[in-house]
Parts: sequence; C-alpha cells; structure tokens
Amino acid sequence: MKHTLRNVFHSPRFLVGFIIFMSILLTVLIYPWFVHRDPLQGLGKGFLEPGTYVSVYDTNNAGTYRVELPEANENRLESTIPVKDRQTMLDFLKAKGVDVSALDTSNEKFHELIEVWKENYDEADAKKNKYEGFATQAKRNELRRLNNRLSEDTSAAMSVTKGEGDSATTTAVAGSDYVKVDEVANSINLPLGTDNFGRDTLTELVKATGISLLVGLIAGSIATVLGLLVGLLAGYVGGLLDDILMFIANIFTVIPGFVLLILIYSALGAESRGIVTCAVIIGITSWVWTARSVRSQVISLRNRDHVNLSKLSGHSLFRIVTTDILPYIASYVVMAFILQVSSGILAEAQLSMLGLGPNPNELPTLGLMMNWAKLFGAYTSSNAWWAYFPVILMIALISFSLNLMNTGLDQVFNPTLRD
Amino acid sequence: MKTNEKNKAVIEDTRESVSFGTRDKDFSKEPLCLSGRGVTRVFQTGKVTTVAVDHVDFDFHKGELISIVGESGSGKTTLSKMLLGLLEPTDGEIMFQGKPRDISTGAKKREYWKGIQAIFQDPFSSYNVFHKIDSVLLDCIDMRGGRNLPKEKKIEMMTEACSFVNLKFAELTNKYPFELSGGQMQRLMIARIFLLKPNILLADEPTSMIDACSRATILDMLLKLRDETGMTVIFITHDIGLAYYISDSVYIMEHGKFVESGKPDKVMLEPEAAYTKRLISDVPKIHEPWDLSTVDLLNYQS
Repeated sequence: MKHTLRNVFHSPRFLVGFIIFMSILLTVLIYPWFVHRDPLQGLGKGFLEPGTYVSVYDTNNAGTYRVELPEANENRLESTIPVKDRQTMLDFLKAKGVDVSALDTSNEKFHELIEVWKENYDEADAKKNKYEGFATQAKRNELRRLNNRLSEDTSAAMSVTKGEGDSATTTAVAGSDYVKVDEVANSINLPLGTDNFGRDTLTELVKATGISLLVGLIAGSIATVLGLLVGLLAGYVGGLLDDILMFIANIFTVIPGFVLLILIYSALGAESRGIVTCAVIIGITSWVWTARSVRSQVISLRNRDHVNLSKLSGHSLFRIVTTDILPYIASYVVMAFILQVSSGILAEAQLSMLGLGPNPNELPTLGLMMNWAKLFGAYTSSNAWWAYFPVILMIALISFSLNLMNTGLDQVFNPTLRD
Repeated sequence: MKTNEKNKAVIEDTRESVSFGTRDKDFSKEPLCLSGRGVTRVFQTGKVTTVAVDHVDFDFHKGELISIVGESGSGKTTLSKMLLGLLEPTDGEIMFQGKPRDISTGAKKREYWKGIQAIFQDPFSSYNVFHKIDSVLLDCIDMRGGRNLPKEKKIEMMTEACSFVNLKFAELTNKYPFELSGGQMQRLMIARIFLLKPNILLADEPTSMIDACSRATILDMLLKLRDETGMTVIFITHDIGLAYYISDSVYIMEHGKFVESGKPDKVMLEPEAAYTKRLISDVPKIHEPWDLSTVDLLNYQS
C-alpha cells in the first residue's frame, strides 16, 4: 500500500494533476474565511469591470493630501479622451488633408496628436469647408465638444458641496488634492468584476466551483457504486443474472444518456431541482460504462486460481467478491471514479448551460454562471469577458487535473503504458 | 518396437531399485469415492463449440493414487475443475462416495469441499496477494470447525502443518505469499492440505512451475501426506514418466477422451493407443538420443 502510494506520487502526471486539483479545492475551502460576502448578493446593477471601486461620496470625508504628480495632467487627458475620440481626431485631420502618417491613437503619440490638432482645427473652418465625413451638424458639434474638452485646463480647481441645505459648505478641490484609499470608508476590490446581477464574480466563482465539485463527487460516487455493484454481480455470478443486468445496461447504452438526462430533468420542474437531485440524476444515468468494464475485469478474475482456492476454502460469495476480487480491481475502480467525477461536473455544466440546471435561486454552479453569462449577453453585447472566461477556465482546469490524475494512475497501474 | 524394448528394459531396472508403495495393491475392492459416467463439458463461444471433455468414464477408489496424463489442451484441467465442483458438467453424472453428487446449494458445496481439496498448478497465482500467510492457514482451521479454538492451539496447529513441509511458521507469520519462493509457496499449499485432511486431493500439475530440485521435495511431501492420511490423490500431469513412478493407476487423456487406462505397468509397457506410445517416446532419456520421429508434425501444424 505504502509502496503503491509512493509510486503514484512519483508519477509526474498524477502529481501535476493532483497539485492543480488540490489548489482548486483548497481555494474553495479557504476563500470563505477571508471573504464573507454572500455569493448571490447583488452589489450593483449590471456588469462592472474588474478593478477597485471607491465611494465618491466617502472620498469627500477622507482627509486630503497634497501630491504633485508631474504627469498628472497628462494622465487626466488620457483618461478624458479615450481611443475612440482620438480616432475621430485622426479621421478629421485626414479628411482635412493633413499628413497623419506619423500619428496614431497610442498614449505615446497622444501629445503630438494634440499639437497637430491645435494647429489645424478651427471651428469656423470646419463649418465652412464641410470636410468629408464631417459634413453634418451633429458631426461638427462632436468635434467642437472634443475640442472644448481638450482646451479645458485640467489642473483648474473644482468645488465640492458637503452636506445638504443651509449647513452645506462648499470646498474647492485642487488638481493636486489626493485622498488615501485606506481612509475612504467604502471601497471594494472586484478582481473579476461583477456579473449581470451585479454579483461579485470571484466570490460567486469560488462558491460555484465548490458546488460543482460536490455535484461531481456525488454523481461520481453514485455512478461508481452502482456500476461496481452491477459489474461485480454480473461478472462474478454470471448466467441469468448477468444476462438480465447486461440487458438493462444495454438499454441504458442504446438510449443516449444526455437525452435521458434532459428528459428526466425537464420533467422535474425548476423548483424541485436541487443540487443533490441534479447529482443523483447524473449519477444514475452514467453508471453503465463503469459496470461494463468492471464486469469484464471480474470475468477475467473469477477463474483465477486464488478465487478457486477461496471457493474451496468455503468462503461466501460476499467474502470472495469483497476480498478476492475487489482489491484486484481497486486501482481500476479509483481511476473510473476520477473520470466519473470529471464527467459529472461536465454533465452539470452542460445541463445548466441549456437552462436545465439546479434551481438558480439557491446556489451558483459553474454551469449556471455560464447560463447567466449567455442569457445576459456577456459574450455578445456587453463584452464582459470576466463573467464567463474565468468560469470556462475553471471547468477546463478541473477536468484537466482530474484527467491528468487518471492518466498518471493508469501509467502506474498498467505496466504496458510505462515509459 | 525398438524404443519400447528399451523402455521396458529401463523400467525393469528401475522397478528393482525403487519402492513402489501401494503399486501392487488391488484397489478395485476398496469402496468407490469418486466416479463418473459420460462426463462431458462443452464450451461455446458464439458459433464455435469446443468439446473439452468428451464422455469420459472413471472409477476412483479410496486410497488410490490416480494419474491423469495428457498434453496441454487435452482437457485435464477442465476435468479437474468438474471434479472439484468449480465447473458444472454439460452432460453426464459424477458420483461421490457411490451416490450422485449434489452440490446445488452453497451449503452443500461447502460440505463437499470438506472432502475434496486441490493444489493448483501455478503457486504464484494461487494466493490472494492481499492476504497474509496466516489467514490462508487459519481459513483451513476454521473450515475444520476450529474457529473457536484458543489462539495458542491454532498457532500450534499451524506450526505443526508448516513443519510437516519443512517450513518454519515463526518465519512465515505476518508475511505475504509473494515474499516466498515458488517451492515454498507450493509447500505451503501442502501444509494447507495437511490441516484440512480431505478424503480426496486433486493435484493439478503441482510441480510443473517448480524447478527440478524442489519438485522432488514436493512430490516426496505429497506422498508422505498421502501415506499418513490414506487419502485418494488424483494427480494431473503431462509428465508420463512421473505418472509411472507414483501412480496406482493411470488414465491417458487425448482430445477430451480417455484413450487408455489401467495399472501403470500395463499402460507403460504394453501401450495400446498410438497416443500413449508417442507420449512415452517423447520423454527424453539420459544416455540415449532423443527420438523425435514420432512427433506428429501434421497434428501440430493444424
């Protein structure tokens, strides 16, 4: 046993898979200690990009510090004139016949662009000449607003009003006034932004990973136990029992498992579909291949001499199966179990993607997150990559690590595959 | 035939120098312990039918040492599995102690196996590698109804059984079977039989996987055990020379049928079936070139 374990952990594939899987598992277990947020609590409206969000209101109450950043103006300009507007400026200059081959929309060239712009833009000139692409009033207004924004003195002071009514006081805020982020009463770090419901995607993802692993574990255990029972009985007892059990297994093989899953699932209705129900249904529709392969392994074992000797020693069927057959196929069963867990997680994700997942009001799962991302246009209209890409990555990582562990074990237990 | 004459001469020589134990005893007066009429076993895979054992009749008497000799694939092992009750015959009847054998239920099977035990060909695959040696021997004590004996008594019995086959129980306890050599494993099998003391022992080529030196020891122990307990031994082998030395009666098996049977002297010295003659001439002899002319090449090619 000790020797086998050492061999298993010397297999690089198994080790890599094991480390990835354990890191995912540990994250799932440890994360809630640090972040106590409810994974389904909506923090805002719609998709928020990943980043740290600081309350504007609370920054007024925080102390101000004077910091003179030399590039402060530049940075402000860059953030007020986005790439889209820079392209408009370039287009205008091109239409006017200015040579813009040395310019582009990048930050490095931004100052040169402004210089060229200031030399060439004139409101009256734009109105008179009606350059191509900028002939309409609306387009000319856009250019004017853009020009105004560029000409604003961004270092100028603005005023902030605190309080309400008569007690309100107005303070001037200088361009060089700063607040310390720690002193702002309310700020939130959203490394993966929020989803369409305004939920923190990272917290949701960690919870969903945990739930999906649980679904996979329950589904995998049920499939393995069922498959093992059927396979052992059919293989060892043989005869009529074998025929009956294999007939049932054949029926399950002929009916596409996924279609069966969808049918059972939609018949249940959304409210009655809990996490456990979901896992149980996945489990009882996927035991067939475990049963088949266990059966064939048992058939090759049941005529071995040590089994015959055990029979001659008067051991019962239960004892022979559990002590003379099961230990010999244990490594195989562990491998099958790992694959069943992996396919259980994938099955849940597929079902949920189709909108047949567990009740969405209770807990998030990886599949449900994908479904929400799809429903609310995260990968079409909103272009919110943070709402779906980490989920895809997580599903891929889990099944990758489990499959890697499986091939690693296969290499250890199957001598013909050893290098 | 020239070879036959020589064989005869060699055998006559050996007869004078070797003790043949119960060879000359007439066992036909002893009660029958196992007999069969028309015992047949057919294996069917898809449309291919293989008749492994084809309507064989036999009478094994109490205390007799019977050899069943044949080449690989002649159906010896299938027959032995049927005798042990591990395989059901497709046709025919097996009588146990004069009555039709009834092993229809698990309890009846267990009762039957108290009377008949086996030693298998390959000692390396005969043991469950997950169980310690102690549990193999303790199972035998349990089977003889010694489950509730005090621990010291059990250890004493196991020590006695091991010393019978020249093994030291103190060295074996808490070891796994795969830590022993092939010869030691096969001796442990005999120790198992020593504890069980069955009426019939079926030894299925017990020495074919063992080197020549250990082979003699194991045969010696088997014969010693037989002398002590008076059990019937059914010895299955492909080695006709070995069969001649140890048996009280010999059955020659070819393609699932018994082609010849009787006292070893009769079978070896006056073989009637061509197959027996071939088997005898196939045995290599010292001081004599090996005669391969009788090898049925056509048969092997097919």
